[in-house]
Amino acid sequence: MTNTNYGTIFKNGIFGENPVFRLALSLCPAVAVTSGVKNGFLMGVAVLFVMTMVNATVSLIRNFINPKVRIPSYMFIIATWVTVTDQVMAATQRAVYKDMGLYIMLIVAFAIVLSRAEMFASRNKLLPSIVDGASMGLGFLLALVLLGIFREFLGKGSLWGHQILVVDGKAVKPLLIMILPTGGFFAMGFMMGFLNWIDRKFFGGTGSGGGAH
Amino acid sequence: MPHALCPMLPAYRREVNEMEASAKEQPKARPQLIVSVGPHMRSEESTAKIMWTVSGALLPATLMSVYYFGLRAVWVIAVSIIAAVLSEAAGQKMLKKPVTTITDGSAFLTGLLIALNVPSSVPLYIPAVGSFVAIVITKQLFGGLGFNIFNPALIGRAFILISFPKLMTTYYEPVANVLGMDAKTTATPLGILKEEGMARLLEVFHTHGELYQSLLMGNRAGSLGETATIALLLGAAFLLLKRYITWHIPLSFIATTALLTWIFGGKEGLMTGDPVFHMISGGLILGAFFMATDYVTGPSVRSAQVIFGIACGALTALIRLKGGYPEGVMFAILLMNCFAPLLDRRMRSRVFGKAEAKGVKK
Repeated sequence: MTNTNYGTIFKNGIFGENPVFRLALSLCPAVAVTSGVKNGFLMGVAVLFVMTMVNATVSLIRNFINPKVRIPSYMFIIATWVTVTDQVMAATQRAVYKDMGLYIMLIVAFAIVLSRAEMFASRNKLLPSIVDGASMGLGFLLALVLLGIFREFLGKGSLWGHQILVVDGKAVKPLLIMILPTGGFFAMGFMMGFLNWIDRKFFGGTGSGGGAH
Repeated sequence: MPHALCPMLPAYRREVNEMEASAKEQPKARPQLIVSVGPHMRSEESTAKIMWTVSGALLPATLMSVYYFGLRAVWVIAVSIIAAVLSEAAGQKMLKKPVTTITDGSAFLTGLLIALNVPSSVPLYIPAVGSFVAIVITKQLFGGLGFNIFNPALIGRAFILISFPKLMTTYYEPVANVLGMDAKTTATPLGILKEEGMARLLEVFHTHGELYQSLLMGNRAGSLGETATIALLLGAAFLLLKRYITWHIPLSFIATTALLTWIFGGKEGLMTGDPVFHMISGGLILGAFFMATDYVTGPSVRSAQVIFGIACGALTALIRLKGGYPEGVMFAILLMNCFAPLLDRRMRSRVFGKAEAKGVKK
């Protein structure tokens, strides 16, 4: 890639190859932590940070890694940055960390992180790699926030922990099922279908996703 | 392409391909239903006929529910059916399919089944939500009638039971008074058994005989359709006589539940359970005859049907005796719906003249 177009990379990460809705990668955390907007947002921020840093690191040392051991090397790099994130989270966000500390550790195993390191960062220069990691992470963040809004509003009648639906001073919980794992899958399916429909209707897409490579 | 979405047997797939090939020659013809091994549904007319007949077979139970729960039951049934039919029409319209809602009766039947599966005390939006989920999410989004993996009415009920756990388990005492509106709430017999045990149940109903009589005649708390067991059996007998359903699934289902609850259901050790109570209480009769026998979501090979029924019965007994819910028929059938295509494939009747030679490896 000689003519690097940052705008294209950026759009690709958020829309064209949105990790959750388009590539359908890392669905486990996307369903598990999005019972509330706050959890989804913090998870998204953690992934955004990890992906940016991993892409940067991999890109910097891409010429020194023996191709035969590149995957283990990437895993070490990812684990390092996840550990950093985990420690920072544990120190600053105690309440949330109690809820989803496990999932922060699991970022090590996220397919999307490893796949971007392998697909993009190992073949591109520093700056494009950072932009790619950041936009992919941002796409993931946006997806998680959208799912979180959808599920928390329908499941608990609240957003970011603030009760919104109140009738006669009592909190209304419209559809309890939405904050259960089952509801996560419902929400995911609906969102994916809805976004594909928008893509097909207004942008002339095929709706089949962009995971061509 | 619908056949890419649903787990079908290779033979079905071939049929679909053939149908699609012929559809290309004649643009108007399109595949309506995929016929399974024992061909139940050949054309749209017969689908409609079956659906309306099954709805008719549920009429005695429906009337009994109105008798016991009064005007409230009429409202629940009406809202549920209307919501189902409207959802079907809207869904088919949005998915750009021909609207066959009223004529084929399947939405009507789903709506009726959902109404029979909720207590009379629910706010009216709950059966409406259930009907919507059943028709649009469970059926339409999977490709419409014939392509759904799970029984629509049961998914609808599972959805509302999990979403509104408290409202869905508030049961009125039957009042046997058509206009009676000031009913008391109480627990179902299965609920009492789960929470307080058999002794308490006998305290309420005095003797075993009176308990069984109440269960058979429907004079006890419960969902609309699970009250009058005798009315359900009447409808089931009619369907069996008309050969719309066979005995394989219901008999193996109910027998397994009875056997397991007899062996493990008692407090004083093995073989002290009360199988009769477990057979005629809860949704077992309704589920076994009217929902597990669904052509689309159940297996169609006879031996597979027996295994399906046995597994449903075992799961029901397991949930009733050990699970968190007092009743397990719904979850049992839904879980086994997943396995129906697998069972069919494994138990497939061997094609005549194609038997493999013994000792020859594939």
